[in-house]
Amino acid sequence: MQRDTLVSFEGVVKRFGDFVAVQKLDFEIRKGEFLAIMGSSGCGKTTTLRMLAGLEGPSEGVIRLSGKPINDLPTWSRDTPMVWQSLALFPFLNVRENVEFALKMRGVGKVERRRRAEQWLDRMQITEFAERNISQLSGGQRQRVALARSLVVEPEILLLDEPLSALDAALKVRMQSVLKNLQRETGITFVYVTHSQSEAFSMADRVVIMSRGKIEQIGTPQEIYRTPRTRFVADFLGSSNLFTGKVRSDGQGLALDTPVGQLALAPGATNDIGDTATLTVLDTKTHLSISAPTGSVNVVPVRVIGEEFVGATATLYLETAHGQEIRVQKGHDELADLPLGTGQSLYAWWNPQDSHLVAEA
Amino acid sequence: MSGSADLNRNRAVDWALMAYIVLAYAFVFAPIAASFVFSFNSDRFPSIPLGEFSLDWYRAVATDPLVWEGARNTLVVGVIVGVISTVLGFGAAYTDFRYSFFGKQIYLALALLPPTIPVIILGLAMLAYLSRVNLSGDALSVIISHVVVCAPFAMAIIRLRLSQMDPALEPAAWNLGASEWKAMRHVIIPFTMPAILGALFITMAVSFDEFAVAWFVSGLNETLPVKVLGFLQGQVSPRINAIGTFVFILSMTLVILAQLLLSGRGAGQTSADKE
Repeated sequence: MQRDTLVSFEGVVKRFGDFVAVQKLDFEIRKGEFLAIMGSSGCGKTTTLRMLAGLEGPSEGVIRLSGKPINDLPTWSRDTPMVWQSLALFPFLNVRENVEFALKMRGVGKVERRRRAEQWLDRMQITEFAERNISQLSGGQRQRVALARSLVVEPEILLLDEPLSALDAALKVRMQSVLKNLQRETGITFVYVTHSQSEAFSMADRVVIMSRGKIEQIGTPQEIYRTPRTRFVADFLGSSNLFTGKVRSDGQGLALDTPVGQLALAPGATNDIGDTATLTVLDTKTHLSISAPTGSVNVVPVRVIGEEFVGATATLYLETAHGQEIRVQKGHDELADLPLGTGQSLYAWWNPQDSHLVAEA
Repeated sequence: MSGSADLNRNRAVDWALMAYIVLAYAFVFAPIAASFVFSFNSDRFPSIPLGEFSLDWYRAVATDPLVWEGARNTLVVGVIVGVISTVLGFGAAYTDFRYSFFGKQIYLALALLPPTIPVIILGLAMLAYLSRVNLSGDALSVIISHVVVCAPFAMAIIRLRLSQMDPALEPAAWNLGASEWKAMRHVIIPFTMPAILGALFITMAVSFDEFAVAWFVSGLNETLPVKVLGFLQGQVSPRINAIGTFVFILSMTLVILAQLLLSGRGAGQTSADKE
């Protein structure tokens, strides 16, 4: 175990009856990091968080917090406060009483309780609402109360279960920076469960991607974005073009026989000839031209089927002769010289160095 | 209300519905109103035109020791029944809220069954059972019987309130360091308090008004409704109207209190998103 490990999951399995929610989880959460656990609904991310919080017990394996196994510790004896998706603020208490709740449960005296709550009310900029009812607060204010209520015990770790999902887009972005700054300033380890790629990638130091109860990939947002390790991750992120085929030798190196033609692999690929493999290339590394490019690049003839503009970038949707969709993302100026009418024939191409192979599973 | 609500409403339908409600209430409350009016009438028999205004019948009731005894029995029984029923109802409702277990539907059906049994049958059964265990004719026997009738009401009321609670609220309290008992005390009970008080008042009111079962099991410790029947069997006296008015006002006060608690500000947190 590394010295800076705060939490470790060791062979953790969670079953609900016959359903396996989490299978064989092995990973570590480092002290002071912002870790996002991402996946679509039912992937086991919330179950993982709830096991860490002590709201579910693992069926197998050990969860350690600061080296000590916590499997049998009830949630009220752990210092693992959680910010709930519904926020779960107490509606019969005012803001201050909500923030003081955890201290009161721990038997902290009235004066001390008030002093510590005051600090967090101030820090979350909700002092002026201290005497208000929860029902009188806006969504963003409630978020801040929920954070203050969890952080008032100054825990080592804070668990967040999709806390921003109820907010509108603009507020979401603002709360993301509030959360990120808070995490950086306090140094508290944040474990943030979300289905949203933009939330995970904009805040987290490391991202865990889960699917069907298993971890698909752990890494920094850049690593995951640039080199998705499995086909699932590449599909889930939706920012790569995928081509599946059989590996063969093309004289100089390895290539992939795919429905769209023979595609050269990046130099250094070590797959066995005859294996089925999937090549991915980022949509930002996929280029377009009106005439077939020459040189050692992979070229796929395509037709334009649609385009989409968001801010300064455009996403072009193209189709190969076999009906496979290909996406290309570019700045507007890079596309200025290209005819982009629907049905227009173009060539999509990329440098083999910019592509890599992903595991099928 | 706002303009769009007016725009999309038919005046004729509005009026028809309003008239319907007025008529329905008139139909329901006319006998009670008549009893109320005649309780202040000096005439011996209820007839129109009315005689003079008089408080004679109230005076007669107030000086009758039998009425006082009945009233005292009713109140004592009602308060105890209210408290016990509410505690039992809370326990049953919380069990339903918190746990899922094999046979839960049967558990719920059984817990909510007693009010659906015809009171005559329930009264007879209670009498047979309580006399077997030597409890019949006792105030305690009325209390036991009324708890059987009232606890399901308390359970239904409290269960409804618990169903409005964010299911994350209790785990959130645990997660913040509250043991199960502390979460019960600091989260579940405060949240359900309007329903707990509502259930308390409703069950008291049900017990005050309940006649059939009390008639079977009360023996010498007659409650007011049972006493009233005694009066009626002897003679038709406007005193009945006076007692009726008194019981009606007491029950209605409890029911209205309960209603205010259950629909009032305390319960309004679910519609909290307006600012």
